[in-house]
Amino acid sequence: MKTKKIALKTIYHILVITFGFVMIYPVLWMISGSFKDNSEILRGSLSLIPSEWKFSNYPTGWKGFSKISFARFFFNSFFITALSTFGTVISSSLVAYSLSRIKYRGRRLWFTCMLATMMLPGQVIMIPSFLIWYRLGLANSYVPLIFPYFCGQAFFIYQMMQFMSGIPKELDEAATIDGCSKYTIYSHIILPLLKPAIVTTVIIQFYWKWDDYMGPLLYLSKPSSYTVSLAIKMFADAASTTDYGAMFAMSTLSLLPVFLIFLFFNKYLVEGIGTSGLKG
Amino acid sequence: MKTEVIKAKARKIFYSNEMVGYVFAFPFIFGFICFSLIPIITSLRYAFTDFSMGNKTIELVGFANFKQLLGDEIFLKSLGITLKYVFISVPLKLIFALLVAFVLTRKTKMQVLYRSLYYVPSLVGGSIAVALVWKQLFARKGLFNSVLADMGLGTINWFGDQKLALYPLILMSVWQFGSSMIIFAAGLKEISPTYYEAARIDGANTFQSFVNITLPCLSPIILYNLVMQTIQAFMSFTQAFVITAGGPDNGTMMYALYVYNQAFKYNHMGYACAMSWFMLIVMCIITLVIFKTSKSWVFTESGD
Repeated sequence: MKTKKIALKTIYHILVITFGFVMIYPVLWMISGSFKDNSEILRGSLSLIPSEWKFSNYPTGWKGFSKISFARFFFNSFFITALSTFGTVISSSLVAYSLSRIKYRGRRLWFTCMLATMMLPGQVIMIPSFLIWYRLGLANSYVPLIFPYFCGQAFFIYQMMQFMSGIPKELDEAATIDGCSKYTIYSHIILPLLKPAIVTTVIIQFYWKWDDYMGPLLYLSKPSSYTVSLAIKMFADAASTTDYGAMFAMSTLSLLPVFLIFLFFNKYLVEGIGTSGLKG
Repeated sequence: MKTEVIKAKARKIFYSNEMVGYVFAFPFIFGFICFSLIPIITSLRYAFTDFSMGNKTIELVGFANFKQLLGDEIFLKSLGITLKYVFISVPLKLIFALLVAFVLTRKTKMQVLYRSLYYVPSLVGGSIAVALVWKQLFARKGLFNSVLADMGLGTINWFGDQKLALYPLILMSVWQFGSSMIIFAAGLKEISPTYYEAARIDGANTFQSFVNITLPCLSPIILYNLVMQTIQAFMSFTQAFVITAGGPDNGTMMYALYVYNQAFKYNHMGYACAMSWFMLIVMCIITLVIFKTSKSWVFTESGD
């Protein structure tokens, strides 16, 4: 009886690990590809261990193209991602506070609008938004990629509202008696207590912005303003033969921040997605 | 004296609920009007014009754009392909997500590690890097074909055949079932173990308790995932853009990609706006159908 149980348990673990390995194989293959020679990648080799380690892919890829190195592209990506994530956290927490804690006329209407924007596919408003930024003369800048994030993101507003409903109202009442205004309640009570939801927001928004391809594709046309995703695509578009080794090297580097954050904040992320639901 | 009265009044207004509410909601209201409402109305207006960039005069053309849509072969093809993509990838993705979440409810020390392992594809799947890897995996001499060749089966020219090219893209979408899985896992944790115990005493096996307990209890979460994944699948753009660029012979011309091409490649802005609106209407109908039918299969605790 006991041996049967152990056997079943072992089979379970072996199956789960094997299937999991198949799942992450493409990612591992990419990482190993960053150390392979171009010809080995093109042969369609299954092996995860390069027949000949080629570390030079990294310096080669880092050089980038038309004299712009990947240092520049990484800086651009970090700049856009950091600012828009910061904007999302600040604005979404403000709006969530308004919609969940304060009673005023029109609140229900704005709440409904918020839910509607959550379901609204971005591609529908992509063209007119582009035209508006174009008319303002800002279509070739970072502004369209950053500024809208300072106006709250419906998905995160909703998530923060869920979290706020768990903060007891008695805290607000006690603070009011102590002479706090609604403004100081936000800054001194709600915001500090919101920390777990803020961490989740930062992580998820960081991922989305870091991976974003369509936004930069529409709004950035100067190579020196390119983000990492656009720059990596340049490898594939090269007129001459693609240097797959270098492309995978830079791809691996581009995923490094994503993996590092996942490693350290795994718990926050899994809990955050679990409680509120995550698209993607 | 008078200034003090005004000050007191200003104070009162400043601290009133109405004022505080609107001050805090201002970023959203501003953003909603500027980045959702105005664009969507503009888009509707353009849908009835022949607008293109650099064009000084905009002419109203009535329903001409919509009429043209119905005669546009690539449009009809892209609509069919997108529907096929949605109807195959979304159910498969949800089934995988649910099964894996169910399998991983088994409490072991490795549970967190396993979940992370299965979440990795979702984590990186949206990136350009992984799309390029995918392109290479299914290339003529790519990894997938060398596996087929090793097994003695012939190689397949995935991206050379317009009937086959969509399947690698579908597989890529299904591969990223991680976030749905985590949402399901959170839902599974909420199901009271007493239900399962009662079922076990009544002699139900794992399969029976899965069908009769797990599925009904999870049905609201299944609905949520279904709606969200359907909307997302309809908008799928990057994969097709990067991996196949819509080819071969428009075999992977996803709807969003065709809209993009019409707008930014051919500069048919008015036509592209008409297409976006058509998509919005189709998606609304499908979402509505899902919600309507959900009444018959979504189980709520208050019960009927």
